[in-house]
Amino acid sequence: MTRATLAKDLRMEWRSKDAINSMLFFALLVVVIFSFAFNPNAEESRQIAGGLIWVAFLFAAVVALNQTWARELRNQVLDAYRVSPAPANALFLAKAIGNFLFVSVLEALMAPLFIIFYNLRSVGPAWQLVVVAVLGTWALVVNGTFFAALSIRTRSREIMLPLILFPISIPALLAMVDSTTSILTGEASPDFWIKMLLVYDVVFTAVCLLLFESVLNAE
Amino acid sequence: MKLVSKLFIALTVAVLIFAAYQGLFVAPTERTMGNVQRIFYYHVPSAWTAFLLFFANFAASIVYLLKRNPAADAVAAATAEVGVVFCTVVLVTGPIWARPVWGIWWTWDARLTTTLVLWLIYVSYLVLRRYSIGTQTSVLAAALAIFGFVDVPIVYMTIRWFRTQHPSPVIGGGEGSGLDPSMWPPLLWNWLAFSMLAIILGAARYRLQRMEEDVEEQHAQAALQGSGR
Repeated sequence: MTRATLAKDLRMEWRSKDAINSMLFFALLVVVIFSFAFNPNAEESRQIAGGLIWVAFLFAAVVALNQTWARELRNQVLDAYRVSPAPANALFLAKAIGNFLFVSVLEALMAPLFIIFYNLRSVGPAWQLVVVAVLGTWALVVNGTFFAALSIRTRSREIMLPLILFPISIPALLAMVDSTTSILTGEASPDFWIKMLLVYDVVFTAVCLLLFESVLNAE
Repeated sequence: MKLVSKLFIALTVAVLIFAAYQGLFVAPTERTMGNVQRIFYYHVPSAWTAFLLFFANFAASIVYLLKRNPAADAVAAATAEVGVVFCTVVLVTGPIWARPVWGIWWTWDARLTTTLVLWLIYVSYLVLRRYSIGTQTSVLAAALAIFGFVDVPIVYMTIRWFRTQHPSPVIGGGEGSGLDPSMWPPLLWNWLAFSMLAIILGAARYRLQRMEEDVEEQHAQAALQGSGR
């Protein structure tokens, strides 16, 4: 069930490229606008890049997350999922993994642009950035997928998701930004922040899996 | 029932007045901060009351998810709303106190930031309640309440680590560390008064919530019967 839904979502995305295209363009705009707004030199950009990168990815991820469930509303697909005997969590995991892949592709494509536009060179060990990216992306995406399922039930769908996602994501965002900054500047150890992200991921994945069934079946 | 609630309101007013008298006249003047420290008797009890209400909201949300009891949902709605009011009081009185004492309105210290994030989370909870459609509101809101409550300790831990790494412009504000014994009675009286006020507001909000549900129910019934006629 997880694999079937995931394969279907990936195939749809591969053919339409809706989410990736809009995310990419959106993130590109954020990069350019931030660059104008702050106009940093190499040393400054190392200090602020962690914040810029993650804020850009956060905003861009919202674009993809909003589309997660919206495409299932057409032709009452979501109702069909609801009456099917397949476990609800399998559906949730498929959607979350799908979003994780979309946002990861976005990050892989955007990272070189950041490096070029902001003249970034990491002082600390750069491979740790990959760990931060994986844990951070999952932190954004797991809650985002869940909250997208909440927000499609509301009157103002698109605006609702960031309103409920951002407050809950503040600790994760802080951990991502600070670990990235401490790796780039090489001034401090990012270990605490990586552990924090891990705790956040484990806790909220558990909460999502615990509550998703009630939310899917909410009438 | 009516008489009991009237008596309770009268009692609350009396306790509020007595507590205000305690805080303004009976409590000793603080040595370094002077009279401005008296805002402490409103600030801290409001914070305790808000935290208590948010905890009640969390408990009611869990009960709702397990039992699907509409009363629990109404309790959750009422406690979240009144909790946000008290949390707002904390966030307003805090800077008023901080400005003369610390010299700044705001600092991103662990407790301040956690309270602000807490406030943001519960405001988003109220927004979700407001914008969701029909009866599914209760389930969605209960789910978000659990997320919010789980988030708070994580917020506190991250911010504390975040701030201890950087030098803080403020030298400690540990009011809880060495509280003069004569300050305790005014503090506790005010807490009692604020908690009673919270109960009155919460109960009123709860009744309103139940009435709204009744009205909606009757509208639905009327629409069903009207279509048959």
